[in-house]
Amino acid sequence: MNVDQDTFRQALLDPKAPRPTGLSDGHGLEAGRRFDVYRNNVTVSLAEALETAFPTIAKLVGAQNFKLLATSYLRQYPPTSPLMMFYGKDMPAFIQTFEPTKSIGYLPDIARLELALRHSYHAADATPLDPAILQSTPPDTLMASKPTLAPATRLIRSKWPIHAIWAFNTLPGAPKPTMAAQDTLILRPDLDPEPHLLPPGGGAFVAALLDETTLANAIEAATTEDPAFDLSAMLALLITNNALTDLKD
Amino acid sequence: MSNATKSIAVAGAVAAALAASLSAPAHAQAKEKCFGVSLAGQNDCAAGPGTTCAGSSVVDYQGNAWTLVDAGTCADIELPAMADGSERMGSLEALDRDLPA
Amino acid sequence: MFDENPKPIDRLPNAPGVGYKPQHFADITNDPGVVGWLEIHAENYMGDGGRPLAQLRHLAETFAMSAHGVGLSIGGETRLDPDHLKRLKHLNDWLKPASFSEHLAWSTHGAEFLNDLLPLPYTEATVTRVADHVDELQETIGRKVLLENPSSYLAFTESTMSETDFLREIARRTGCGLLLDVNNVFVSATNLDTDPIAYIDDFPLDHVGEIHLGGHDEDEDDHGAPLLIDSHGREVADPVWALYDYVIAKGGVRPTLIEWDNDVPDWPTLEAEAQRAQAILQKAVA
Repeated sequence: MNVDQDTFRQALLDPKAPRPTGLSDGHGLEAGRRFDVYRNNVTVSLAEALETAFPTIAKLVGAQNFKLLATSYLRQYPPTSPLMMFYGKDMPAFIQTFEPTKSIGYLPDIARLELALRHSYHAADATPLDPAILQSTPPDTLMASKPTLAPATRLIRSKWPIHAIWAFNTLPGAPKPTMAAQDTLILRPDLDPEPHLLPPGGGAFVAALLDETTLANAIEAATTEDPAFDLSAMLALLITNNALTDLKD
Repeated sequence: MSNATKSIAVAGAVAAALAASLSAPAHAQAKEKCFGVSLAGQNDCAAGPGTTCAGSSVVDYQGNAWTLVDAGTCADIELPAMADGSERMGSLEALDRDLPA
Repeated sequence: MFDENPKPIDRLPNAPGVGYKPQHFADITNDPGVVGWLEIHAENYMGDGGRPLAQLRHLAETFAMSAHGVGLSIGGETRLDPDHLKRLKHLNDWLKPASFSEHLAWSTHGAEFLNDLLPLPYTEATVTRVADHVDELQETIGRKVLLENPSSYLAFTESTMSETDFLREIARRTGCGLLLDVNNVFVSATNLDTDPIAYIDDFPLDHVGEIHLGGHDEDEDDHGAPLLIDSHGREVADPVWALYDYVIAKGGVRPTLIEWDNDVPDWPTLEAEAQRAQAILQKAVA
C-alpha cells in the first residue's frame, strides 16, 4: 500500500491516529514504533524551539507545565514557515484560550514581549543619526520633521507590569512586580536587543513615531497622555541606544 | 504653549538629551546581553529522542498533568484582578476554578 | 540588503570542518585548530540583520563556508515554496558559499513546516518529483547543489529501487552532486539490517562533494531489533569512523564535516573530533 504525505502528516501530529500501513522494518514486519521516531522528532524539536523562544513564559508557568503548553500549541499551530527563529507568532492568542493559562491576564503580553525580542534580534542593521545633525537642525524644522526609528525598535504597550515581570524572571535581584500599566521599548544599540521601561507618555510618543508622524505631533500625543512627559529623557534613551536613524521631511 | 515656545523647549530638550547621551557608557564595550535570544529557534537537521516520549503520547492538561506544585514564578507574582475589570486573578491561583471538572 | 561577502572562498578544502554554533564564535576566531571550514544551516541566516549575519560575514572572511539547507522539502509532494527559494537565492547571492547542500527528504505539508527530515519511498514517481525540484532549486540559485542521503528508521513497502540507485539517478538527471553522510549510512544499514559496506560499494563516490559525520543514539524497535537515532548529540561512533576510513580509502579525500547539534560540547571536544577526521584524511594522502 502506498503512503502519501497527507496520511503520514495526519499520524505525525496526532498520537491517537493509527500509524500509516505500508511502512516496514525493511524485512516485512510492520514499522510499529519506528514511526514514533518521526512523531517524536517533530514534537520534541518544536517544543524545544518554543522553550528557547519563550524563556519567561516557561519560568512563569514552570518547566513541566510549559511542556504541556508547548505540546498543545504545536499541535494546534504547527510552523507555517521553515524559519524556526520566528516560530510561535500565535502564542499570545493561544495563551488566552488555553484553559490552564487563560486566567493569567499578563501572560499574552509577556509572549508579545518575547516575540518582539526575537524580531528585534533579527531585524535589519541601521546607521544611527549623527548627533551633529540633531544639534544643527533649527527647532522649527526639527518639529516638522519625522524622526525615523531603527528597524530593530519594538514597542509593547500593556495594562500589566510586563517589564517588571520580565525583569523579575530574567535579571538577578529584580524586585517583585507590583500592579501598573507598563510600556516597554525594545532597543538594539548594536547587536543585543534590550527591553526598556518607558517613562509616562513615552509609549504614546514612540507609537506616534512608529506611525511616521512629525516630532510635534508625537510630543502632542505624549503630553496629552501624560503632561509629565519628559522629552529630554525620552530622546536621550533613543540617542544613547542608536535608535534614531533619520529625520525625514 | 505657543509654537515658538514649544520649539524653544524642544531645542533645550535636544541639547540636554545629547549631553546625557555623551556621558552614557559606550555600547561597543558592553558584553553580549542576549537574554537567550541568540539560541532561540535554531534550525538543525538532528533527530530527537527516539521512540518514547511526548510526541507519541496523548497530552491531557485537564487531568492532573497541569500542576500548581511545579508552578513556576507565576505563583510568586501577586497581581490584582484583571485589567479588564473581570474577577479573574492574574495568577495561577484561579486555575482550580477554571479547570473543567 | 548588504554588501557581498568581499572575498568568498570558492571551494571547500579537503579538510575537516564543523557545524558552526554561535557559542563557539570566540573560540573559532581565536584558534580554529585543524578546522578548515564551517557549515551553517541556511535557515538560521535568513533574518534581515543583527548578530547572526554579523558573525557570518566575519567568519566568511576567513573560512570557506558551506550552506546547508534544512527546510526546502525537496521531496515534498507539493511545489517548492517560492518564498523560500527566494530566500535561498538571496543567501547564495551575498554569501557565495563554497558549497550549498540540501536533503533527500520532505518537511513541508501544505502550509505547514514540520521541522523534521521525513522519509520518501524510492519509486519512479519520487525520482521524477525530486529531480524536478532539484532542477528548480539549481536554476533558481544558479549553482550546482549537493543532495544528502537520509537516516532511515523504516522502509516503504512500495519502494522499487535502492537508495543508491535512487541517488545515482537524481545525480544523472539533474547534474547535482551528492553529500554522503556516513553516519546516516551506518544508521540506516543498522536499522534496516543491510550491509553498510555494500551500500558504500554501490554509492557513486565520484559525485560526492562533501562528507558528514555525526553521533547517534541507540534505541530499539517493537521486536528488540536495534534502532539507531541520528541525534547529532555525541561523539562519532567507532564503527562510523571505520566506515569513514573505508570511504576515504576507496573514494579519496573529501571535505568532511563534524555535526554536533544537540548537547553542543565545548570547543576542544568538537575540535578533537575534527582532529580524528584529519588523521584519516592525512593517512589517505600519505
